[in-house]
Amino acid sequence: MNERDITPKSLFLNRRQWLATAGALAATPALAQASDAPTPKDAIISYNNFYEFGTGKSDPARTAGSLRTAPWSVEIGGLCAKSGTLALDDILRRHPRGEHVYRMRCVEGWSMVIPWLGFPLADLLKAAEPLSSAKYVAFQTLYDPAQMPGQKSDVLQWPYVEGLRLDEAMHPLTLLATGLYGEELLPQNGAPLRLVVPWKYGFKSIKSIVKITLTETQPPTSWNLSAPNEYGFYSNVNPQVDHPRWSQATERRIGEFFRRDTLLFNGYAEQVAHMYTGMDLTANF
Amino acid sequence: MRLLKPLSHTFCALPLAWLVLAVVTHQASVNPVEYAIRFLGDWSLKLLIVTLAITPLRKLTGWAHLMTLRRRLGLWAFAYAALHLLCFWGADLIFSFSALGREIIKRPYIAIGMAAFVLLLPLALTSTNAMIKRLGGASWRRLHKLIYLIAPLGVVHFYWLQSSKNLTTEPLVYGAIVAFLLLYRVLDAKGVSLRLPKKSIKT
Repeated sequence: MNERDITPKSLFLNRRQWLATAGALAATPALAQASDAPTPKDAIISYNNFYEFGTGKSDPARTAGSLRTAPWSVEIGGLCAKSGTLALDDILRRHPRGEHVYRMRCVEGWSMVIPWLGFPLADLLKAAEPLSSAKYVAFQTLYDPAQMPGQKSDVLQWPYVEGLRLDEAMHPLTLLATGLYGEELLPQNGAPLRLVVPWKYGFKSIKSIVKITLTETQPPTSWNLSAPNEYGFYSNVNPQVDHPRWSQATERRIGEFFRRDTLLFNGYAEQVAHMYTGMDLTANF
Repeated sequence: MRLLKPLSHTFCALPLAWLVLAVVTHQASVNPVEYAIRFLGDWSLKLLIVTLAITPLRKLTGWAHLMTLRRRLGLWAFAYAALHLLCFWGADLIFSFSALGREIIKRPYIAIGMAAFVLLLPLALTSTNAMIKRLGGASWRRLHKLIYLIAPLGVVHFYWLQSSKNLTTEPLVYGAIVAFLLLYRVLDAKGVSLRLPKKSIKT
């Protein structure tokens, strides 16, 4: 796909219209259930969890302007033949981006549909030539409290870190994204380079990545470090496995009034379920 | 003092008016349902705390007019709690009793919030002058001591939810204020003098 395949702007309802639409959809739950229309860009860029810029949902859109997204480089290292620091411009020259419209399910129980601009993480990893001993991939967000004022608080351990099993990282659905709705990412959405793993809860999709490391052992992940009994390493979207404080069986799609059913692996079971065959998803939440 | 009544009603109604305005003008985030549920719960707790502060304030200042405020504030706290529950039950659980039952059984923080609301009910229902007369002052006062349990339950309900996202500052502040207000009553009951020191000292 190229940028021309992106849904035309006329199809994106403005805020007032989509709230009205949401009301209409709410009145007919069956129809609302079926709809996977992209969430309006207004909502995607104004409702964010990005604790580096404050803990309120509207904080990042207000304060993330302090992030310098260019020049940007990513350090690739660990168990690979071709480690090194790559300028983002070079990465994008080597890996052409395409449009990928994915559902995004937050662990808090809300969801969006986001037209990402990005390329498969597998492309970057293959170029780094992972050694056979590499089993996991670790990711790290920028640490710079001057640019990310939220890092002055101890609400989480900084820098934010995430991780995937190598097969998850190599899965074609797993993206490195640099844009949405055909435009470059705004800081509040994880500019200039972020992970997108659509079958996992949103916090796995780490933002503003500066470091990618191939490892042999399971890397630590921020929310798991913070509350190990609430946030697991896998954090696959699963309506059967509740968060200890709330049900994960349903979610509120942003723009809709009533909640809809949450789908196993966020609706990507056909593509990803085989990676977890024989695994107890309740124990490995 | 004739202004106290309209002023206090206005003060209590303002958050609700602000919420309605915010939802209508799309200022209540792009997830207005969750925004409203949290906002209503938060204001219920705030007003509950203000209600708890009335008696100590009256004793400290000796200003008897304050007592007429207590019932009004308590009823507004109840109204916000009822709207909080109604929004959660209606918008999140589509008014399903069985879903509400499941939530209460499975989630301690919801059970605690529900307990706080259920305990508020008899207080709201016995808030009229006629009911005070019928119960008699002593048993009415005994019944309304439930507030000492309700406020901490509300704080725990809030803390328990917020702690999962490491957002504990606000509930901890509420908890500290409630603890202080309850401690005041313990000390007061033990006869510890908590009045403001008199300015004129006899020699």
